[in-house]
Amino acid sequence: MTTTIDRPTSENAATRVISANGGANIIISHGDYNVVGTRPVRHDGVDKVTGRATYGGDTRLNGLLFGKVLRSPHAHARIVSIDTTKARALDGVHAVVTAADLPAAEDREVDLGEGGGNLKHMSDNILASDKVLYKGHAIAAVAAVNVHVAEAACKLIEVVYEVLPAVVGIKDAIAPGATLLHPEITQKSLGNDTGIHSNITKHARHQLGDPDAAFAKADVIVEREFTTSMVHQGYIEPTNATAMWNQDGKITIWSSTQGAFAVRDSTAEILRVPVSRIKAIPQEIGGGFGGKINVYLEPVAALLSRESGRPVKLIMSRAEVFQATGPAPGSWSKIKFGATKDGRLVAMTADLYMESGAYPGSDTGAAMLCIYAPYKCDDMRVDGYDVLTNRPKTAAYRAPGAPQAAFASEQVIDELAEKLGMDPIEFRLRNAAHEGTRQVHGPLHKKVGGIEVLNATKEHAHYRAPLGTPSPSARRGRGVAYGYWFNIGLASSVSISVNGDGSVTLIEGSTDIGGSRASIAMQAAEILGISAEDVRPSVVDTDSVGYTGVTGGSRTTYATGLAAIEAARSVVAQMKARVAKVWSVAPDDVSYEHGSFHAGTHSMSFKEAAHHIEDTGGPITGTGNVDPQGHGGAFASIIVDVEVDIETGKTQILEWTIVQDAGKAIHPSYVEGQLQGASAQGIGWALSEEYFMNSKGEMANTSLLDYRLPTAFDVPMINTVIVEVPNPGHPFGVRGVGEASIVPPMAAVANAIHNAIGVRMHALPMNPGAVLHGLGVI
Amino acid sequence: MVAVDAHSTTKVVVVATINGEPVQFLAEPRQTLLECLRDVLSMTGTKEGCSDGNCGACNVVMDGRLVNSCLVLGVEANGQSITTIEGIAPVGGLHPLQTAFLEQAALQCGICTPGFIVSASELLKHNPHPSEDEVRFWLSGNLCRCTGYDKIVRAVMHASDIMRVGH
Repeated sequence: MTTTIDRPTSENAATRVISANGGANIIISHGDYNVVGTRPVRHDGVDKVTGRATYGGDTRLNGLLFGKVLRSPHAHARIVSIDTTKARALDGVHAVVTAADLPAAEDREVDLGEGGGNLKHMSDNILASDKVLYKGHAIAAVAAVNVHVAEAACKLIEVVYEVLPAVVGIKDAIAPGATLLHPEITQKSLGNDTGIHSNITKHARHQLGDPDAAFAKADVIVEREFTTSMVHQGYIEPTNATAMWNQDGKITIWSSTQGAFAVRDSTAEILRVPVSRIKAIPQEIGGGFGGKINVYLEPVAALLSRESGRPVKLIMSRAEVFQATGPAPGSWSKIKFGATKDGRLVAMTADLYMESGAYPGSDTGAAMLCIYAPYKCDDMRVDGYDVLTNRPKTAAYRAPGAPQAAFASEQVIDELAEKLGMDPIEFRLRNAAHEGTRQVHGPLHKKVGGIEVLNATKEHAHYRAPLGTPSPSARRGRGVAYGYWFNIGLASSVSISVNGDGSVTLIEGSTDIGGSRASIAMQAAEILGISAEDVRPSVVDTDSVGYTGVTGGSRTTYATGLAAIEAARSVVAQMKARVAKVWSVAPDDVSYEHGSFHAGTHSMSFKEAAHHIEDTGGPITGTGNVDPQGHGGAFASIIVDVEVDIETGKTQILEWTIVQDAGKAIHPSYVEGQLQGASAQGIGWALSEEYFMNSKGEMANTSLLDYRLPTAFDVPMINTVIVEVPNPGHPFGVRGVGEASIVPPMAAVANAIHNAIGVRMHALPMNPGAVLHGLGVI
Repeated sequence: MVAVDAHSTTKVVVVATINGEPVQFLAEPRQTLLECLRDVLSMTGTKEGCSDGNCGACNVVMDGRLVNSCLVLGVEANGQSITTIEGIAPVGGLHPLQTAFLEQAALQCGICTPGFIVSASELLKHNPHPSEDEVRFWLSGNLCRCTGYDKIVRAVMHASDIMRVGH
């Protein structure tokens, strides 16, 4: 049931509050539309609730072989020799490949839109050529009649290693005399090559004013250090790829990916074949969260297919997913913020060290853009350091870098508010960035909804509700935190064709990871004046639609939505010309409103007009090709109540509210879903998830039993507030919603634990052992 | 139960009832029921998430028990009656749980959805009117990484209400 509540508002008469699910989900809404803002059943829904949808692992082809990858048992070693003779001789084996089968990779940077990097590093990460740099690093692969034979063959491959000392964590990696992962790499600092050989491959800085001098103006200064553990995106569908290398040299790839064009382009670079020879067919994708942008298996499957002459499918085990795909970096942060007695932030500095894992390139860049974005301060500096460790090469995970930075900064903000005796939301409001605030890297904030988010947080009933009585051995507390993600634009392409019955087909290149077929189709439907159900969206392969960037950066509903709007507008313009023919009037005299064409006394619905397509010139197809620059950043905040058992150290989440500026929620249910899903991921990141590494660089918890994702029993219902401060760069105001919501959760939980037991938690995860340690019990 | 050597690659005939239909298939003793369903019988509605019994994506009902099909051997299905996601919907329609999942937006990527629906349908058989806590406890063997469970729990409770009215 949806109810509308009148709410006095000074800023915008069109703003209203909508509360669904008995008040748990609230929308502070802006703008009235016919389709946008409604909640139709998603177009791909029936296939997904009946098991009919085809995910990457479900790919079935005639003559299909099954592959397995041999992986390094060592975190750091030189490969002396690889002998595949015995594996090749095993019955049922059709192909064995190693790095020797890959083209020699050049030591150069490749630009793939997203997920680019050094080609030699990308290639070596696919199949190691000279060194293995993490446990699980791929060395060879086998294709056989079934996966059991392929596994047996992997065991017959003889690899001689020269084991090297493992560099397990950031502090090991940056210690003087540390073993170097890449002795040939020299450190780049502030744009210069320092010539220094170091595991710190890059040091970058953004600065405004003179924070060192400005600390003199502060009445209160808080300086703290924080660490966070490496964590995994935890998508439920394992990484997979199927490939066929045909006799004519053409390659077809079926995989679960966040971007078919990224698969095509990365595979083309690694295999050194032209993109015109590769067709990437995106299958349904079972979660990604940034982790299914880079290719791991596609080039290997293609090599195995070339050698065997048959299609080959590879699916990682869960342990392989943990050890051999890119997780989110662990971090070490040093934060120092100063404020005046009246609650003004006057100086902020931060040093952010983030793992990049086996090869250079971590999330520090994005973290540096986000850490101060919520606040206005004239004097601030952030330094970022990318650090090599003998762990898998890190990859994007939902707002990459920003959550680790916010875990640190938002606790220091909380501590400053406490020392100043101020309400933590009031303190944030007093310093909140808004349109025109200068960010640390230079640009001014465009129109943003941060203050609106903070006000909605402060006004939420949860913030005033009593905490209730804890069980005798427990203490309760409430925490808040606030965070930012900038969102991105990038290229998208959509085509819309009109059917004679007045429905349309819509083809897009954005893989649908959580309901984006619906959010794209709804935007087209709004422009066309038809229902969401009259749009039939399809996600198609790289031969069938224009270049489209990955589903990532919270860009899809924004950028692919813009492409759909442009395509729909083209359809309307073409339809006007056809209607003009029918009425014998000039096309410019035809107008289109609310699903009907008008000229003088003439009127015709979209459906009626569609009947005339055939006799007025044939097919109508509208295309939209965009590379928009008008994306808008998003703020999110969390209120959380916890109960901490001081005997066991266990933290239970009692109540959770997330507030986020969506710009405009196209399909509010799926926007709520993004906020709720990110919240649960944040609870896992806060309380239980970590790569537990031993001193040899081996991950000890490679199953979902020991790497603890939150279950339904670990989390409560998650209240949402969707704030809509429209993004001027989109006709409906869309900002993108996938990522900002995972920035504040960990700090919010830490602040709540502090509120409950008086202990500041400086490391993630805040598991029972960490809490008991904080209490001084162990 | 057929007596077999677990290390043998000689295939064994398995006779079972799957979604009400009599089925015979050949299974290697080392193949799991999940593999047999997906790779032998081409029933890919049952999903693989971890293959070690920790995510619930492969859940099916075997002889009235909810099981992780990755922890059951294919040969153990001999003589058993099995229900998979493909057998949940009535002909020409959807199970109330499937309708509720669609209407309540209880799925995002959808990979865990078949397992959740199979598990939840078994819950509603044993406990037609579960509390929120009972739903959460029962479904704690099914991992979802996208939704935060909120809309899944609501969908199961909503389906329970619909089924109560239906009866």
